[in-house]
Amino acid sequence: MTQSIWRMPRWFHQMGSPKWFYDFGGSLQPWFAIAAFALLTWGMVWGLAFAPADYQQGNSFRIMYVHVPAALLSQSVFLGMAVAGAVGIIWKIKVAFMVARSCIAIGATFTAIALLTGAIWGKPTWGAYWVWDARLTSTLVLLFLYAGVMALNQAITDRQIAGKATAILAIVGTINIPIIKYSVEWWNTLHQSSSFTLTAKPSMPADMYLPLLLTVLGSYCVFVLVILIRTRAQILQTQSGANWLMQHRDITGA
Amino acid sequence: MAMHPKRRNKLILILGLLLGVGVIVGLVLYALSQNINLFFSPTEMAQGKAPAHQRLRAGGMVREGSLVRASDSLTVQFVITDFAEDVKVEYTGILPDLFREGQGIVAQGKLNDEGVFLADEVLAKHDEKYMPPEVTQALSDAQAASLVPTLSKDQTTGVEPSNEALK
Repeated sequence: MTQSIWRMPRWFHQMGSPKWFYDFGGSLQPWFAIAAFALLTWGMVWGLAFAPADYQQGNSFRIMYVHVPAALLSQSVFLGMAVAGAVGIIWKIKVAFMVARSCIAIGATFTAIALLTGAIWGKPTWGAYWVWDARLTSTLVLLFLYAGVMALNQAITDRQIAGKATAILAIVGTINIPIIKYSVEWWNTLHQSSSFTLTAKPSMPADMYLPLLLTVLGSYCVFVLVILIRTRAQILQTQSGANWLMQHRDITGA
Repeated sequence: MAMHPKRRNKLILILGLLLGVGVIVGLVLYALSQNINLFFSPTEMAQGKAPAHQRLRAGGMVREGSLVRASDSLTVQFVITDFAEDVKVEYTGILPDLFREGQGIVAQGKLNDEGVFLADEVLAKHDEKYMPPEVTQALSDAQAASLVPTLSKDQTTGVEPSNEALK
């Protein structure tokens, strides 16, 4: 094993510095806010008002412009939380634990939205709000995992210990992510398989999937934006009184 | 800047933990797979894997031309198929909007001694394909005019007689 494989890039260690994250994150924040607003507005208006209706489902299929991004993000955020937690444990980086903590509420929200919109869509399409099939059940487990991570993180006062405990639960919980993703292929489910894969072309016309692509990208921007805002807020809390912060332009107003 | 041996060990420990938990969960899910499957396919029912007189779910495609409606009640009879075996289903009640021949469904009920599935709930299974109505219309028009003889019936309905649609 050569040394170079284990070498981490410079930015990796810079991101671990609260001051650097606060400043760099602050400069990124407005761009993600603009991108999130633009992409979501464009995608939602196109998808909900102008995209053609489905030949079988009519207009009810349009709920996918909310459902698919929420479901995708619910899993991405969990993975992000576990990776941030692992980085925090391995390199002892406080900022990484803060990032992981910032993921919890937004991830749980996306999961709840995915479950709710899925139920609303399921009634007219399948004939049932809820079915205990593998996809739906594993997604409900994901919501419970978020709840567990949230409770554990709040229960411990010491931020370092809370960060470590939360990270381990999040890392173990990632086992559920491939189960959610492949549930529709491994088992008989009522939920349909993915309309999008990296290998095949989408099973719907461009007028239907381009708006979906926009809302997905917009949701990712919302996620990054929320992480930046919440992590920077935690930096302010924990670093209050620190020299770099007291002399910062955000504090002095200079 | 090389990675500290202590950190490398922690990384390996975390990956090991993940692998270990993954193997355990994988084995449990594999052992439970029959309980996790939402429904029995017609082939599984023909092989006798589905117990009679017990509440269970059956899933498959509604065979084209198999739907028979009773004239004096809401009772319907149809055949579900996985293109290997067929199972006759009987149901009294309102069918979901998306129920149609050639579409996947999941029914809940009991198998009787004659091998007929007596359903008390029928759910429509939607596939992963979406299409505007104009495209469907154009496809079926083209097929009617035999301009595109290679187009199969399944492409016009957006339902593919593959495992994909049966899942």
